[in-house]
Amino acid sequence: MNLFQIVLRNLRQHLLSTIITALSIALAGGLLMSIWSVKQQSEQTFTRVNSGFDAVLGARGSKLQLVLNSIFHLEASTGNLNQTDYDYIRRHPTVKRAIPIAVGDNLKGYRIVGTVPELFTDIEYAPHHTYTLREGKLFDPTKKEAVLGEFAAHQLQLSVGDTFHPFHGLAYDPRNQHPETYIVTGILKASNTPADKVIWIPLHGLQTMGGHDPKAANDISAILIQLRSPTSGFILDLLYNKQGNRLTFAWPIGAIISDLFGKIGWFDKVLTLIAYLVALVSAAGVLVAIYNSMAARSRDIAILRSLGAHRRTILGTIVLEAATIGALGMILAFIFYFGILSLVSAIIRSQTGVMLNIFSFDFVMIWAPTTMIALCALGGLVPALKAYRADIASNLAPVS
Amino acid sequence: MSLLAIQSLKKSFVTPTGEKKVIVDIPHFSLEQAEQRALRGESGSGKTTFLHLIAGILAADEGSILIGQTDMARLSESERDRQRALSLGYIFQTFNLLQGYTCLENVLLGMSFAGKADKKRASEVLDRVGLSHRLNHYPRQLSTGQQQRVAIARAVVNKPRLILADEPTGNLDPATSREALRLIRETCSETKAALLLVSHDSQVLSTFEGVQDFSLLNKASNEGGAK
Repeated sequence: MNLFQIVLRNLRQHLLSTIITALSIALAGGLLMSIWSVKQQSEQTFTRVNSGFDAVLGARGSKLQLVLNSIFHLEASTGNLNQTDYDYIRRHPTVKRAIPIAVGDNLKGYRIVGTVPELFTDIEYAPHHTYTLREGKLFDPTKKEAVLGEFAAHQLQLSVGDTFHPFHGLAYDPRNQHPETYIVTGILKASNTPADKVIWIPLHGLQTMGGHDPKAANDISAILIQLRSPTSGFILDLLYNKQGNRLTFAWPIGAIISDLFGKIGWFDKVLTLIAYLVALVSAAGVLVAIYNSMAARSRDIAILRSLGAHRRTILGTIVLEAATIGALGMILAFIFYFGILSLVSAIIRSQTGVMLNIFSFDFVMIWAPTTMIALCALGGLVPALKAYRADIASNLAPVS
Repeated sequence: MSLLAIQSLKKSFVTPTGEKKVIVDIPHFSLEQAEQRALRGESGSGKTTFLHLIAGILAADEGSILIGQTDMARLSESERDRQRALSLGYIFQTFNLLQGYTCLENVLLGMSFAGKADKKRASEVLDRVGLSHRLNHYPRQLSTGQQQRVAIARAVVNKPRLILADEPTGNLDPATSREALRLIRETCSETKAALLLVSHDSQVLSTFEGVQDFSLLNKASNEGGAK
């Protein structure tokens, strides 16, 4: 029998303790990995989400609010721009494309965004990816037609040919129903971007929705901009943010979202600290579980020694046993990890439309199990040293 | 040349009151190759300590314990462990079987530390002691007599030069005791191992030609030091 077989036998002999300890490690490891992975993936995913645009132009206000409102379809609008602003930026030599959007209505909490069909025909929301229709056709900009993002269509149970009445405001209030009836002409394929949870209608339709201020019939909420070159952003930043004081030019989008993650970094740190503490407590659990079983094992250890086992063999057996409990726990931790990540991913998807790839590799999948197993082995060292120092003769009672 | 030659062996312990108490003080003792000898001694006379010293479980304070050419008293602890695994077999009164291991595994464990793990050989020895039908049984599933037979198999499986038996029949009824003793002696003869058995059971001792009184051997017993 080799060392590992002896370890497996010890684990089997203390099966209940092994299972409970391994489960606590699994939970700790799963939490640690998922907190880390969600943090990393969210930051990576959200800073990459720009819907194919370099910048956003909107009314004077926070750049973050502007980006959240126009790219992520969260938050309230910073205010409106007029048609002249749109015409100016559209013709600016540094701008490749400018897509206007208007917000202000919803359908049962899902945001209705007015825009132009070019958003779907000319824009790559990610490299080599344009919005495509799963079914139906794009809206006619002159009619009361709508194209739904895949997630919104699924949640609202709307199909091509169905009709709906928009509700005024960004938050759903059944008393604020507009009289207009819109017909669903198309459903977009999932793009795993915020566009998936949006109901897209013609810009003009939203601008002229009954109950909206007729004076604002040409106003738009924001302009999504593709620049001709990366350096163009500096010119427009100077023009709108430094020299002007009426509009805000949010550029580059990724850096603004990165700032957001920087601002909520403390929250990450708290979560990570909690995960580390849970991991430490679990490793201590291994120590306690094995340590508590030492009294019962002292005779077995003495017998092994009487058969010729070295002290270091006994020490190695117990450390390996602790490490094995850690390894078993970390194997189970991956089940918790994928479970937690699936849940978090579903929540993020429902809130933002952005989909995390729960199966993507993260370095935490290597270092967390390694560290956890090492911690458990370290925890096992305490009872192992006790066994190392144990007196064989006194544990081989009786004495004649 | 003797298989076991002991000279001026001393071992003492410190009592809880801080007093140093000599437990074993044996000026001379020897055992020949393949010889079977019994030591008579009462409980607390230091017999177990004496066997532990020979087996290297305890380190001697003074003296030499030559097993063949190797002086156990001069070896480091890990060297004594190795020597114990290779050259010695130990049969305990309480069998000292590992409860989480089957009969076969208990015997295999005895072989593992000597680097000789061999399932076939372990099965053969268990067959020899009449347990071929109990290979995969756990100690708790065996009678006390059967458990002692597993312990005998484990002690002889490595074909050691010396078998130490500490009250090996102390926990057995008379019939089982006779059977266990017969097995110990037979297997020692078959493997040409010397046997040093300690007991206070007159029935056991009566089966040996050479019985030595431990209290005469151990000067500490005479001085009332042994426990």
